[in-house]
Amino acid sequence: MSPVPPRRSNTKVLAYIVLVVIAMFGFGFALVPLYDVFCEWTGLNGKVKTEAQAETMLRVDQSRWVSVEFVTTVNGSMPLEFRAGVNKIKVHPGEYQTVAFYGRNPTEKPLIGRAIPSIAPGWTTQFLKKSECFCFNEQRFEPHQEREMVVRFAIDPELPETVGDVSLSYTFFDISPP
Amino acid sequence: MSVSAIHDDHHDHGPAKGLMRWVTTTNHKDIGTLYMVTSLIMFMVGGAMALVIRAELFEPGMQFVDPMFYNSMTTLHALIMVFGAVMPAFAGLANWMIPMMIGSPDMALPRLNNWSFWLLPFAVLMLMSTLFMEGGAAAAGWTLYPPLVLQTGAAFPFTIFTIHILGVSSILAAINIIVTILNMRAPGMTLMKMPLFVWTWLITAFLLIAIMPVFAGAVTMLLTDKFFGTSFFNAAGGGDPVLYQHLFWFFGHPEVYVLILPSFGIVSQIIPTFSRKRLFGYSSMVYATASIGFLSFIVWGHHQYTVGMPIEGELYFTYATMLIAVPTGVKVFNWISTMWRGAITFESPMLWAIAFVVLFTLGGFTGLMMSISPADLQYHDTYFIVAHFHYVLVSGAVFAIIGGVYYWLPKWTGRMYDERLAQLHFWLTTLSVNLCFFPQHFLGLAGMPRRIPDYALQFAEFNAWSSVGGFIFGFSQLIFCYIVIRCMRRQGEHASDEVWEGAGEHGLEFTLPSPAPYHTWETPPNVH
Repeated sequence: MSPVPPRRSNTKVLAYIVLVVIAMFGFGFALVPLYDVFCEWTGLNGKVKTEAQAETMLRVDQSRWVSVEFVTTVNGSMPLEFRAGVNKIKVHPGEYQTVAFYGRNPTEKPLIGRAIPSIAPGWTTQFLKKSECFCFNEQRFEPHQEREMVVRFAIDPELPETVGDVSLSYTFFDISPP
Repeated sequence: MSVSAIHDDHHDHGPAKGLMRWVTTTNHKDIGTLYMVTSLIMFMVGGAMALVIRAELFEPGMQFVDPMFYNSMTTLHALIMVFGAVMPAFAGLANWMIPMMIGSPDMALPRLNNWSFWLLPFAVLMLMSTLFMEGGAAAAGWTLYPPLVLQTGAAFPFTIFTIHILGVSSILAAINIIVTILNMRAPGMTLMKMPLFVWTWLITAFLLIAIMPVFAGAVTMLLTDKFFGTSFFNAAGGGDPVLYQHLFWFFGHPEVYVLILPSFGIVSQIIPTFSRKRLFGYSSMVYATASIGFLSFIVWGHHQYTVGMPIEGELYFTYATMLIAVPTGVKVFNWISTMWRGAITFESPMLWAIAFVVLFTLGGFTGLMMSISPADLQYHDTYFIVAHFHYVLVSGAVFAIIGGVYYWLPKWTGRMYDERLAQLHFWLTTLSVNLCFFPQHFLGLAGMPRRIPDYALQFAEFNAWSSVGGFIFGFSQLIFCYIVIRCMRRQGEHASDEVWEGAGEHGLEFTLPSPAPYHTWETPPNVH
């Protein structure tokens, strides 16, 4: 006896499933921009905006202090010497402050680096207003050059009362051509 | 062409002779055998790697291998056991059993089936070859987290391509299984009459086609980050290494259900047969499996509690993860209810199934402990998690596979395995597996991190026990190999067609002769 013919064509079901496979491969890549949108929207991961925000007059809250600490890191084996001028400052929410950072290239070759900012706790990123930051551009250091780099920022007075400390962290990545 | 002409064309249909039979075969039983044998070989290879790990950890201090090679061992042990041993074993069981269980003459796409198997040995060979490459094999753990994994030497692209090929292989197998189950059932075999092994595999196959492409995409991004200057996971270029963890666990969490759902199916076949009762709560089993499959997609964040997540995220993933305990509990209670007041006998397959229920539940409980995000801060990346996933994967997935092999081996080979040796194998394995992995709970709670070749002195005693257990476990599997090879060489007592008393009522496969003929169900069975 011949086999019972299949109820529907195998090729048709096969085609549907292959479409799902292709769609899921695409979905994996679509997650990359979706992840960025999601992080920006929720302020997750402390991803700080890498574009300057125009300085606006903010209501200065004289009644409270927020302490802002600075963390500097150099990624991998980049030979840059990188430090913040001060480790910690106290600011009133709403007032703009400028903080200097220093980078020195101890080598004989020029170094090009890029600083990646982040903030802890991560969700406070939405209350950080930066009008100027060395992290917005690539930084080039000539051999043995030491340079000052600045960050100008304010903490939004809407920052919840429960937050008394935030940390701004900058990590320099080596992007010099090999 | 008339019906009789078709018949005449096909009357001479034994297996082809010689080695080429195995290369060119499109027969579901041949391909099932190939999968199972490959899986057994890779189980022993991955096991040997585990013994290198346990030998190094027998005493504190550095004994046999350097730390880099040690980390390669943990990485390859995991990749080989997951992709080379457990998944092929399930694919082999699916190939052998699904057509026989649903009354189909073969898989729906037999040539594709051949291809999906033959990709596998080449992929695992390529993975093994990375051990001899400059800079050693990948050593960043099976999760392949960047930036660490990007430091892998010459082995890096080969590791990635291995994963691509393994992914293609399992996607093809999954496609074939879905088409077979949807299209090839015998008349009367409605979806809700399918044996639970078929159901669990159907859901597993859907998980596979949804997750393997995402994983393939994620490792492709690793590849382009390393060689083509993209910055998906490179912070310097605006990427984020944590994104990889999300992509990986979006694949990785459903993947652990890929490794356990078919086990649920196997156990749901074995327990009713040896309890001489019908499976308790069949439809609730089906719905529970489907719920677990769905929930597996929305809980991946519980692998990343310590990476930095807002409190809302931690709460969501904690509760969503705990929810999985509900359908899993339904299954465990159904197995117990099936045994309740059954006329139980304790042949080897039943022993493995009962051990599965007990030990898998234990592994499930430690999983529940880890789902609680504040508690997980203590457990994360310690030996506690190592103990947890070995309880669910060794005494879970592997026990179910071994039980399934004992259950169906007489049907495949026509010979009864040696029951006394099989009982010895069971007791040695079960006792040693607990000796190996139970102390690791205490090690983890006391703070011993995973993936380190050396440890503080206070961990010495439990590690020594664990190593002794590991070695007994490893060498006990030689008994299993001996038992299986003996049956495959047609030695031992003849098995009856029904094999197990009353088994004919529990599955179509036991209404066929033993050994199962090369072609079965050319005439579809009557299913009522």
